[in-house]
Amino acid sequence: MYTVADLKKGLKITLDGDPYLVVAFDFVKPGKGQALYRTKMRNMINGTLLDRTYRSGETFEQASLEERQMEYLYKEGNHYTFMDQQTFEQVVMEEETMGDAKNFLLENCKVDVMLFGEKAIGIALPNFVNLRVTATEQWAKGDTSGNDSKPATVETGYVLRVPPFIEEGELIVIDTRNGEYSTRIKG
Amino acid sequence: MKSDALWLRAHIIKTIRNFFWDQGFLEVETPLLIPANAPEEHINPVTALPWQLQTSPEICMKRLLRRGHQRLFQISHCWRADERGSRHLQEFTMLEWYRAECDYQTLMSDCEGLLQHVAAVCLSNNPVYHHKSRIIDPFRSWRHIAVQEAFLQFGHADVWDCLQKGQYEEVLTGLIEPKLTEFSEPVILMDYPSELAALACLKPGQVKLAERFELYLGGLELANGFSELNDPDEQRRRFEEANRLRLKNGSTPLPLPEPFLRELAGMPASAGIALGVDRLVMLATGADSIDEVVAFTPEEL
Repeated sequence: MYTVADLKKGLKITLDGDPYLVVAFDFVKPGKGQALYRTKMRNMINGTLLDRTYRSGETFEQASLEERQMEYLYKEGNHYTFMDQQTFEQVVMEEETMGDAKNFLLENCKVDVMLFGEKAIGIALPNFVNLRVTATEQWAKGDTSGNDSKPATVETGYVLRVPPFIEEGELIVIDTRNGEYSTRIKG
Repeated sequence: MKSDALWLRAHIIKTIRNFFWDQGFLEVETPLLIPANAPEEHINPVTALPWQLQTSPEICMKRLLRRGHQRLFQISHCWRADERGSRHLQEFTMLEWYRAECDYQTLMSDCEGLLQHVAAVCLSNNPVYHHKSRIIDPFRSWRHIAVQEAFLQFGHADVWDCLQKGQYEEVLTGLIEPKLTEFSEPVILMDYPSELAALACLKPGQVKLAERFELYLGGLELANGFSELNDPDEQRRRFEEANRLRLKNGSTPLPLPEPFLRELAGMPASAGIALGVDRLVMLATGADSIDEVVAFTPEEL
């Protein structure tokens, strides 16, 4: 249990059943008046921002968050299923919650899943993933149009810009932080 | 740089001393560790069992007025439990001064004199204050606004209504203080509802208003002054009311400063004011946070 005195940037609390991250905090107290604790919080599930002002004496539940390594099994409709390889426990995450992470996720790959109680609320990907190019236009040798990149689709269905020399079937490295092409893996 | 801020801070404190010495004020040091502060609904003393650290030197300063000293000042540390933010430290530096045979109007003139003097001496190249990218010129004519007028004009609300609904602090800090940042001269909010002035006397002929004012520069609250109440029965009643409200809010009631109450009847008509020295240094340096103007924050200890 936290009190208002524990409030600071970075604190994670539970509010109306959802986990929130405190992103801004200020203590204000007009002369002879009551102290106010102004916070801005981000809902860790849907990302919405919330402004809340608290007073002395108010308390908060800690957000019980846990990160566990799990294997991505499959997608069904809008749901992604992950499994803890130690306990074989399975969790399901909605596509909306996955955000951009779905662009880089292949079946059977291992990721860190953030759990809020029983609920999966996000995944932490490695900074770089290797994905195979499934479709891209042929590079016409001698093309002098000046284009230094072209679109390519990778095995997850994600489309990104790659250098002209990348061919179908090649394995490329993608930076998951910005979704951009990093290098290719020859072999 | 922090070392520049500390040099300026030292210069400001020396300049404040000179300002009051030159006007014949007696500089005093009263005990920091005391058996009882003036109980206030929203101020929690730091306990140093079985006593407390002072939340303000006011109790002892007023007892000195009672002993016949006419003009007094003190620069001392004060402690208020659990107050920490960009403008608050649990341990901070306060300047207080008191004048016998005067009311709060004289203190307002003192504030003008002091802030102009500090700017002229310590900020001689550019004698203005800064807060949140605003410039505040202490040599411009100061603005005086009644609290009720500020609530009506900037908060679109009646101050007594806000007090009753528990919205006073939110309207003041959320709607009024942001408006005060727009003035390029110092602003005095004056004539507070009597329930917000536990140690002040009421305005003659007006039971709902007290002779209390607050000084703001760039929306930053710098000083709080008032004409002092010297009726011991009324003072005891207000202390007991503060303790009743504390109990209601779940705070512990505080001991009453009995020797102060005993001597209050003999205190002359007087006025006293507290000014946050750290905040004055913030205004002189343009610092956004109080952390930038002290040698150490509690987190660094």
